[in-house]
Amino acid sequence: MKKFNTHLGIAAPLLKINIDTDAIMPSREMKTVSKMGLGKSLFANWRFLDRGTDKEKLNPEFILNQEEYLSATVLLAGRNMGCGSSREFAVWALVDYGIRAIIAPSFGAIFFTNCIRNGLLPIVLDEKTITVLADQVASNPQGSPLNIDLEGCHVTGPDGGIYPFELPAGDRVMLLEGLDAIDVTMKLNDAINAFKTTDHSKRPWAYLR
Amino acid sequence: MKYTLFDKVWNDHVVTQQNDGSSLLHIDRIFLHERTGSAALASLEASGRKIKNPLHVFCTMDHIVDTFPGRTDQTTMPGGTEFIKVTRDLSLKENITLFDLGDVRQGISHVVSTEQGIALPGCTMICPDSHTCTLGGIGALATGVGSSECEHALVTETLKFTKPKQMRVIFTGEKQSSVTAKDMILHLIALHSAAGGSGYAVEFAGPMVESLDVEARLTLCNMAVEFSAFTGIIAPDTKVFEYLKGRPYAPVDELWEQAMEYWSTLATDQGAHFDREIIIDCADIAPTVTWGTSPQHAISIDGQVPALISGDSDSRRSMEQALNYMGLESGQSIEGLPIQAAFIGSCTNSRLSDLRIAADILKGRKVSANVRAICVPGSTQVKLAAEKEGLDRIFLDAGFEWRESGCSMCFYAGGEGFLSGERVITSTNRNFEGRQGPKCRSHLASPATVAASALNGTITDVRKLEHST
Ligand code: SF4
Repeated sequence: MKKFNTHLGIAAPLLKINIDTDAIMPSREMKTVSKMGLGKSLFANWRFLDRGTDKEKLNPEFILNQEEYLSATVLLAGRNMGCGSSREFAVWALVDYGIRAIIAPSFGAIFFTNCIRNGLLPIVLDEKTITVLADQVASNPQGSPLNIDLEGCHVTGPDGGIYPFELPAGDRVMLLEGLDAIDVTMKLNDAINAFKTTDHSKRPWAYLR
Repeated sequence: MKYTLFDKVWNDHVVTQQNDGSSLLHIDRIFLHERTGSAALASLEASGRKIKNPLHVFCTMDHIVDTFPGRTDQTTMPGGTEFIKVTRDLSLKENITLFDLGDVRQGISHVVSTEQGIALPGCTMICPDSHTCTLGGIGALATGVGSSECEHALVTETLKFTKPKQMRVIFTGEKQSSVTAKDMILHLIALHSAAGGSGYAVEFAGPMVESLDVEARLTLCNMAVEFSAFTGIIAPDTKVFEYLKGRPYAPVDELWEQAMEYWSTLATDQGAHFDREIIIDCADIAPTVTWGTSPQHAISIDGQVPALISGDSDSRRSMEQALNYMGLESGQSIEGLPIQAAFIGSCTNSRLSDLRIAADILKGRKVSANVRAICVPGSTQVKLAAEKEGLDRIFLDAGFEWRESGCSMCFYAGGEGFLSGERVITSTNRNFEGRQGPKCRSHLASPATVAASALNGTITDVRKLEHST
């Protein structure tokens, strides 16, 4: 997994609330079992007009299609970002597209964990701060990159303002060190087996034979 | 120490506490389906790792398979056949139990897992599918996860979670007989928003929850994720025990006795602490239907599309967008809106009791000529049971299509879908833009409301239909 330490990137404000994973990665775009190459389908219903027909073209209104935001690597979003379906394809699409961090007032729980597992940093900041950042960014997108520091757990805005954020310590370490969650847990295999032995005598009915 | 139901199940599954406040929980059962489970299996395969306990892993075909009679591996979904084949090959290779096409146990994962007695009270269960919370209806601690987390659980039999806060939603009062669990959950989400449960595990309790039969409890918990909750859970009682007894994977004999003894302890202690409590008087609930593109856009069937809220500009924008998408205006009545399609199915409302309720309304009547009506039983077992009591005839005679089981048009993935601009009354759980077809307009409702609306060709108050007979 790609490590996350600091990131300086252009942010695209997409301040809708309840952006669901169907919108991030429409179901009909999920055509193979693979995690690869999904970036081209990111936000497909919003990014393209007449998707899948011979009239298909980029929707000039959609923020990620606008010149100043073509190289955006950070998203500013509304509350309950990534709600809905558990599909990890949504996060795989964001990562493949090149998004490294998403800043929102709150996230769908499954989506949040999916982000961590794939090296994408979900940052919770309050709504007001996000509006302030979005305004600063919008006035000059190219000249106003956000500086995200996971080591110090803060975002530096275009005006130099520093906005601290919190992330569960375990998640932070996973991202900083680019750890694989399964490798980390495998080290606890003995403890898991010991748990099972005790649990088996307590809840024998829970074990299928 | 006083414990909640959720505490009790949680505590009994903690393998280790991590110093960041999270816990590694033992996962008792894992359910996969061919849509996202295939991705987890393929990734597992590529990593060269093994499933730790294949006996506790089950897989079904529900999302991608067609629901047309006489179906095969070919599906209308682009790339769909690959998902089916990869899932089948890897299930075989990894030695897990697969409910394949043609297997009488096949069906929607969240329907099958209680039906087969795979999900049990006091067990932890995950599936790479957000509606896994359904299983809280029998007292399981069940939650949806992504494919990576699923892979983690397959390899280690554990998952790391930070314990959510806890909320109790108490349903009291008297409920009208036409008000179902679906109306109750839509009402809750409308009152407290689609993010209202965010960060919480929600216990549904109170006399009106206890009065629900087991299948209705599954409906209630099904939409906990639409409330953004970590999961929903209901204390198991004798109704649940009777429901589970004799199911294929449920414990038997002495193990059954031990299980019952343990399950009987699974109720919230008097005085246990909840971070938040919501009380809902069921007398306030009418048959409920959504007007917009979020489950929180729900109103009483006799209500009007609300006025745009002032103040919060985000909410206002999203309402405007929803109205625009749905082709509606503030102040408009929802009742009487012409519909072009009606759908009964999905993990929310496709069990035998749901089909019975709908059939009761449809019996001896005809679906409006302007409406395409479809019924998709939640599992092959449900389908067979319904056919045994003649429900299929009632649906067919009324003008409904009668399908093989699966997710079908609960979601659109490039295959079958409702048409652009079509208004659909649907017993499913998500009314997101394009959820059931590009630019299609979904109105969530109970199976009763769907059946009544199909007959009239307009969104219909089932209470009035009853009076007219
Ligand atoms: S029926 Fe619909 S909501 Fe339920 S699992 Fe299938 S696609 Fe998801």
